[in-house]
Amino acid sequence: MSKKRPASEYQKTFAFRFFRWLSGSKDPYLGEVEMHPQKEFRADPEAALRHEKEHDAILDKVYNPERNMEMKLFHKLYHATSIIFCLFLIALLLVTISWLPASGTIERPANNEVAERYIEKGLEETGAVNIVAGMILDYRAFDTLGESHVLFTATITVLILLRLNKTEKDEAELSDRRFEPKNDAILQLVATFLVPVIIIFGIYIILNGHLGPGGGFSGGAVIGAGLVLYLNAFGFKKTERFFTEKTYKWVCFFSLSFYCLAKSYSFYTGANQLHSVIPKGTPGAILSSGLILPLNIAVGLVVACTIYAFYAMFRKGGF
Amino acid sequence: MTAFQIILMGLLIICAVSVSFSKNLLNAILIYMSFSLVMSMLWICLESPDLAITEAAVGAGITSVLFFVTLKKIHAIEGTEPSKKEEPKDE
Amino acid sequence: MGPNLLANYGEAVSAVLFCIGFTNLLLQTNLIKKIIGLNIMDSAIYLFLAEKGYIAGRAAPIVVDGVTSAEAYINPIPSGLVLTGIVVSVSVTALMLSLTIRLYTRYHTLDLDEISTQLKKEGR
Repeated sequence: MSKKRPASEYQKTFAFRFFRWLSGSKDPYLGEVEMHPQKEFRADPEAALRHEKEHDAILDKVYNPERNMEMKLFHKLYHATSIIFCLFLIALLLVTISWLPASGTIERPANNEVAERYIEKGLEETGAVNIVAGMILDYRAFDTLGESHVLFTATITVLILLRLNKTEKDEAELSDRRFEPKNDAILQLVATFLVPVIIIFGIYIILNGHLGPGGGFSGGAVIGAGLVLYLNAFGFKKTERFFTEKTYKWVCFFSLSFYCLAKSYSFYTGANQLHSVIPKGTPGAILSSGLILPLNIAVGLVVACTIYAFYAMFRKGGF
Repeated sequence: MTAFQIILMGLLIICAVSVSFSKNLLNAILIYMSFSLVMSMLWICLESPDLAITEAAVGAGITSVLFFVTLKKIHAIEGTEPSKKEEPKDE
Repeated sequence: MGPNLLANYGEAVSAVLFCIGFTNLLLQTNLIKKIIGLNIMDSAIYLFLAEKGYIAGRAAPIVVDGVTSAEAYINPIPSGLVLTGIVVSVSVTALMLSLTIRLYTRYHTLDLDEISTQLKKEGR
C-alpha cells in the first residue's frame, strides 16, 4: 500500500522526469542551451530570376534535340536501327512463309480432323445452319462469354478514365454542343428515315445469326451505329429518355448473367450425359438450334449498349 | 477471283503505306477507313461472310467514329479549336 | 527461299502489312498514328489466320441443301477465332483512345517525344 503523493512532490521525483523524457513532452535543450531564433528566409528576386533562367537554359540544352548532340545521335541511331530491324523482320517472315505449304490446298496443318468433325457433326449436334455460329456459340461458348466480358470491362475502364463530375459534365456538354450544327434539318430528315432501317437491319442480322452470315457481334455493332446516328442528329436530350447509365447496367447485367446460366445448364447436362430439355428444332427454321438464338440476342444487346456507351463517354464523359 | 484478290491486296498495302506518310490526322483516319472496307471485301473473296459483315460494321464504322470523336475532343479538326478566352486551363 | 512464296501471296501480303504496322509503331511520334499502326498489325494477323483456313474451290461454312461432307466447305475454325479478335480489337482501340484523350488534357499535345520531354522537365 503506497500512499498518494501530492502533485508538486511527484514532479520532483526521478520517475516523473524519466517518463517525461521518454514521452518527449519537454524539449531538453530549451532554457539549457544558448539559441538564436532562425532568420526568416527571404528570396532575392534577382537571384531567383537568374536561377530560373539558368535552370531553363540547362533544360533546353539537355532536352532540345537541336542542341544536345547525344540526343540527336540517339534519334538517328534509333531510326536506323528500327528500319533495319523491320527489314530484317520482313525478310524473315517472307522466308518462313515461302516454306509453308501452298495456300488454298488441303495439305495445310490447320485443316485437320477438328474442322472436319465440326463440319460433319455441326448441323446435327447444334442445329445451326451457319457452322461458324454453331462453333462459337455452342462448341466454344466459353470463349464468347469471355469476349463479352472483355467488352464490359473495356466500358468500365473507359468510364474510369473519362468520367467527369456533375458540374464538369454540364460544361463539357455545353462546349460539345457549341461546335455542332443545332437542329440540322437535312441530318434530322435523313436520320428519321435511316435510323429505323439501320436498327431493323441489325435486328435481322442478330436473329438470322444461326441461318446465315452474321450474329450477335455484327448485328450489335450495326444497332450501335444506328443509335450513334440518332444521337448525332437529335442530341443527348432525346436519347437520355431511353438510354441512361441505369439502362446500360441492367441490360448488361441481364444479358451476361443469362448467358452464364444458360451455358452452365447446357455444359452441366452435356458433361453428365443428361437429357437436355432445350429442343433443337428443325434446321433452317428461325426458332431452331437450341440456345444459339437467345445467346446471339444476349451478345447483340451487350455489343450495342457497349458501342453506344463508348460514343457517349467520348463525347461528354458519362452517359 | 485470284486477280481480284491480288488487286485488293495491292490496295491494302497502298492504304497502309499512305497512312504512315499522310501529314493530316483526318486524312490518315479516312485512309484507315478505306483500308477496313478493302479488308471486308477481301473476306468475301476468302469465303468468310461472317468476318466481312463484322469488319464492315466494326472496322469501317465504329472504330472510325471513335477516332473522329477523339479528334474532335482534342480539337485537331480544323474549325473546332476553342477561341482564345476558353483556352483549356492548366490543372 | 522455299518453293511456295508466289503461291502464298496472301500470307506474304499479311507479313508486309504486319511490318508496315510495326514500323508505324516504332517510328511515328503521333499517338493517333501509333494506334492506327497497331490496328493495321491486327488486320494483318487476321488476314494470315483466314488464309490458313481458306481452301480454293470450296464454299463458305454455311450448310446448303443438307450437304454435310467435309469436302464441301472451308475450315470454319479460323473464322471463329478472327471474329473474336475483331471485336476485342475495338475494345482495345477505345481504351487506347481514351488514354490519348487523358494525355492530351494533361499535356496539350499528341507528340510522344514532347510528352516525355515535359515529363523529364517536371523531374519525374
